[in-house]
Amino acid sequence: MRRSSYYRHKILKLIFIYFFVILLIASIIAPFFWLIVSSLASLKDLVAKPLHWIPRHLNLERYREIFLGQIGISFRYALRNSILVALLSTSVSFVLSLLAAYSLSRFPGKYRSNILYVMLATYMMPPVAILLSLYIMLRQIHLVNTIWGLSIVYCSFLTPFLTWILKGFIDTIPKEIEEAATIDGANRILILLRIVIPVAIPGIIAAVLLGVLMSWDEFFYALIFTSTNKAITLPVAIAQFTKRHSIDYGMMAAGGVVAALPPIILAVLLQRYLIQGLTSGSVKG
Amino acid sequence: MLVVAGIVGFPFIKTIYTSLFNAPLIAYTRKAEWVGFENFIYAFINPSFMGGVFHTIYFSLLSISLNILLGVLTAMLLNQKFFGRAFVRTLVILPWALPTVVNAVLWRWIYNPTYGALNALLTQLHIIQNYRDWLGSAGLSTMTMVVLADTWKNYPLVTILVLAGLQMIPKEIYEAVKVDGANWWNTFWRITLPGVRPALLVALVLKTIDGLRVFDIVYLMTAGGPASATKTISFYVYQEAFGFLRLGQASAFSVINVTIIFVFVIFYIKFIRSEGISG
Repeated sequence: MRRSSYYRHKILKLIFIYFFVILLIASIIAPFFWLIVSSLASLKDLVAKPLHWIPRHLNLERYREIFLGQIGISFRYALRNSILVALLSTSVSFVLSLLAAYSLSRFPGKYRSNILYVMLATYMMPPVAILLSLYIMLRQIHLVNTIWGLSIVYCSFLTPFLTWILKGFIDTIPKEIEEAATIDGANRILILLRIVIPVAIPGIIAAVLLGVLMSWDEFFYALIFTSTNKAITLPVAIAQFTKRHSIDYGMMAAGGVVAALPPIILAVLLQRYLIQGLTSGSVKG
Repeated sequence: MLVVAGIVGFPFIKTIYTSLFNAPLIAYTRKAEWVGFENFIYAFINPSFMGGVFHTIYFSLLSISLNILLGVLTAMLLNQKFFGRAFVRTLVILPWALPTVVNAVLWRWIYNPTYGALNALLTQLHIIQNYRDWLGSAGLSTMTMVVLADTWKNYPLVTILVLAGLQMIPKEIYEAVKVDGANWWNTFWRITLPGVRPALLVALVLKTIDGLRVFDIVYLMTAGGPASATKTISFYVYQEAFGFLRLGQASAFSVINVTIIFVFVIFYIKFIRSEGISG
């Protein structure tokens, strides 16, 4: 008797789990499915009533337009700008934050933990609070509406964030390895290059990945600081496009798919590092 | 350090300074004049800006609760053993990796009053009779729909954080309390929740900051409308500065925004310290 009730309990639990797993999968996939369908389906299918969930006519016309056509011109510029800004801002803040994280982790100092608080405080600061003054500063050095100007601004929020993540990883490297190298006559820079960096590779991948994802996603600064094909990034291009051609939802969906593919591919391929990076600072408290 | 202080610290001080002036955006048309705290007084007696404060707090409270609730539930689900778990864990990351702009455009399309997928789905399931304008009401329901779209993209971060916390709880503890005869509810309150406390606190702080400074998704989905029903504090800053070109007033609004965020964060830090970091 007891055994059969035990099994019944177990089966109920399994049904319960699978029910919610399927619900979860459906809730995640459905919007993605609709985004992709909308980018491929003919306009006739999209405005049909009752709606055709499985479109009758599929074509790649909109993707051709984005990569080769007239409407896609500013989109292609934006794609280039987004890639450049992501690479530029991430690499500059990576170098800065690697040095900062290493020194915060290794050198003794009274105000060290305060400095980390300051770095976190910069994350608290909403972009609107510094936006106006930044705009005036950038205008004075003629960097408004340039890739360089936007990259500098992105460094302001990437550097503290990457420092926080990298410090979490460097803290876990035992000091003894470095001490042995010091006795052998290596200096700090050599130790950093030859010992710390190779050991901290997972942390470095995580930090760089998050940096690229964050600058790819950023919209507010880009909206204010860039305005023409010379410097607009993908989020701004999509927002502008939505304003201009607000009727053509299929085109918006196609642009969305192209803008979403790089971060999604990166996140899936490097998910192990991504999760390590996101949780490294938090789980320890 | 200096770079960060230069890029973030200096502009903020400049912003506080500007908030005391009646400064136009284009400086050479008119000189900025000193107005003291007039900009702040204006902010507090201005009903539409106070409405913006209310919208911001509504957005934050709703999105924090939904994020934490869904995050904890999905993390607990993904911590169970089932077929295809690794696949689902990867799947959960996808919405989080979707750019905010794409998310906003996608949901605006789903909510579309005449061709939207949500209307079609709910009508075909006979849940609603007629197509609705989900983002068209001047009440709080429009903001609620925006929060739902935002939560769909962002709660996976909470899931990832909480799941990492759950995996740190040793299995032996669960087996031990099972032998002692504890029921599911007790186990949840006494063991699971304390185990994920640090992760929850981090999620709470992050979501609070994100909520109180929200701009992107509101700007992209509703542009503050209809009839200012979804304008948040940061939206008013944007509007004052780049719509009305009143830099002083915009700065005062943004100083108020930062103050609200600081009050919350200091409260959290006090809370975390008073309970001990061990958690």
